[in-house]
Amino acid sequence: MIKQLRKLPSWLTTTAGLVLFYALVQLIISMGWVTEYVAQILQWAGIMAISSLGLNLVYGFNGQFSLGHIAFFAIGAYTSALVTKDWYVTWSGSRVGALSGVIALDAGLIVSLVVISLLRINTIQKRLKEAVGRWLNQFETSVLSSVVTFLLALVAIAAGGAVGWLLVKVLPPTLEAILGLLPTGIAQPVVFALALTLGSVLAAIIGLVVGQPLFKLASDYFGIATLGFAIALYVLLQNSDKVIPTMKGARGMVGIPIWTRWFWVFICAALVIVAMRNLIYSSVGRAIISVREDEIAAKAMGIDVTRYKTVAFTIGSLFAGIAGGLFAHKSPGFLHPSSFDFLKGFDPLIVVVFGGLGSMTGTIAASVGWAFLLEGLRVALPQGFENWRFVIYPVLLLIIMLLRPQGLLGGVEWGFLKPPKVQPRTTGDEGE
Amino acid sequence: MAQENTLNPNPNPVSDDRVVLDIKGLTKFFGGLRAVHNFDVTIEKSELVGLIGPNGAGKTTIFNMITGLYSVSAGDIRYNGQSLVGMEPHAITQLGIARTFQNIRLFPNLTVLDNVRIAYHPHAGYNMMESILRTGRFSSKEKELTEQALDFLAVFNLEDRYNEIAGSLPYGEQRRLEIARALAVEPKLLLLDEPAAGMNPGEIVALMDLIHFIRDKFKLTIFLIEHQMRVVMGICEWITVMDFGEIIARGTPREIQNDSKVIEAYLGKGAVVGARAEVA
Repeated sequence: MIKQLRKLPSWLTTTAGLVLFYALVQLIISMGWVTEYVAQILQWAGIMAISSLGLNLVYGFNGQFSLGHIAFFAIGAYTSALVTKDWYVTWSGSRVGALSGVIALDAGLIVSLVVISLLRINTIQKRLKEAVGRWLNQFETSVLSSVVTFLLALVAIAAGGAVGWLLVKVLPPTLEAILGLLPTGIAQPVVFALALTLGSVLAAIIGLVVGQPLFKLASDYFGIATLGFAIALYVLLQNSDKVIPTMKGARGMVGIPIWTRWFWVFICAALVIVAMRNLIYSSVGRAIISVREDEIAAKAMGIDVTRYKTVAFTIGSLFAGIAGGLFAHKSPGFLHPSSFDFLKGFDPLIVVVFGGLGSMTGTIAASVGWAFLLEGLRVALPQGFENWRFVIYPVLLLIIMLLRPQGLLGGVEWGFLKPPKVQPRTTGDEGE
Repeated sequence: MAQENTLNPNPNPVSDDRVVLDIKGLTKFFGGLRAVHNFDVTIEKSELVGLIGPNGAGKTTIFNMITGLYSVSAGDIRYNGQSLVGMEPHAITQLGIARTFQNIRLFPNLTVLDNVRIAYHPHAGYNMMESILRTGRFSSKEKELTEQALDFLAVFNLEDRYNEIAGSLPYGEQRRLEIARALAVEPKLLLLDEPAAGMNPGEIVALMDLIHFIRDKFKLTIFLIEHQMRVVMGICEWITVMDFGEIIARGTPREIQNDSKVIEAYLGKGAVVGARAEVA
């Protein structure tokens, strides 16, 4: 029986396994065999897994020590919350205002980035230097080149701004009409999916832009710089009500619809896990890992190191954004900047290190363990000692680090997450 | 000091259309320290050229400038007529210049196969979206790439080791893997930085055979740095000798062996007379 199962294509067994797992957990939840509290912890574990996988891609696979991961989690959370809250609360009038605004923002930024990459600023600068180098000295040339770069950047921003402005004008009535046609039961998941997508795309774009100048920094300095970004964003969130009143700043954003269910967490986690696994076991994944292994050797092998740092960081931010969106719509539907502060920023880092750098299985296992342990200890510890779990937890981490410095499952993958097997000599035509 | 420019950049007659690497007046400053000064060399297609000199003479600095890891303070490096100055290292590699490192730089935690497959990266033939979605093209290209890499390992007798972690290979095999990986980027010019460092005499003989073999098989031009005199003397067609960042001699192995400046650089001033006597 098992032998026959082995013969089936791997994607089929994987899909079947995933569906079975989903159905089983859904059944347990639907039948009320576990309390709502346990279901909540399960959601939290899934969210943690998504976010931590993103960080593992950046830190574990690409070798870039990032302390700013929580910032992208926050961007995903607040962006998606803005979209859904507006849709949910304002039943009349412009209930798609925020949705249109965020679409316009995302689209505008993407257009700007595309225009910048199409302009080929490096080539233009080089040509410019060749052209005027004869008449101007080095200082004058660099000033001129900076001015030209600035003007080109303005062109890109203007292009993005124009697209964004157009969308803000066009989208609200269109979206209103389309969503109005759908029954609420369908419109709601559509809006939620849109919100998650838009939030994570915004997180990815900001990751791309913020990461770009930082990739020149060696590992520790990169960590400090990303931490700086996370702290700056935290302060911005505390004062966000001055710009967008709905975000409520330091008072905390309330009234976010509670839409995160096991179904959503499962779908997002499955997508993230499959995408990440497929990426890692490809030429792109190998290029990402080579940067961690030896940056100089990677360059000498023709690998554009900056490009693959950008790819890893952008995808890592995207995953954090998805997790943030799910987090925002978790009960109690309340977002506060303190959920995204410096200390919370260490949670995914702890999970990644605990599970093992560069191990997807380890990250997923550690996320589940982390969520259940943290909450389990709350129940297990005697009254009044609940906060001792923040002592027990680090002690556990210390023990792991001393006994297994590579993490619980460092360098180990299970089942579907194992690297695909390579058959030497499939033809087998030579001397057996 | 007047010596600098009197040496011909290639001791043999050179025809312009066969020049692969042409370096002129290459200079590198690290702050106030002049690591390389006015280095010239012209290498023709399929030549096997050596670069020797005592420790700290600036040999590896020259390799680092050719491959773009260091910026060039002055001078020009031309590869097939194209200037490499200011180019990114990966772009230079993709033009067809590969190298190995003095202290082996493999991807230590990856398998032997993956080390070679990473070098094939620019020829993968599928993009990121295709790999995430596992399209048909991904599968066929990935299979092709893997077979190519396995064939390649077979050339270097590393096929049986394909699934082993590179860092756990014996030293000699790590060297061989590093050369294999460099050749997997399909270079025209190969820079070998002390390939025989740390090898025993038996391994050195095998290495010399390997270098001859790859030059013929892959139609390479090879520029190599080496400390072991028997390697340099055994395989290089001609040699450039450096000391304190400057060229002090150039010629065939036999000429170099008898050059008083070279003996002085390696053994010190007093040694010259004695060494002469020994050679005679």
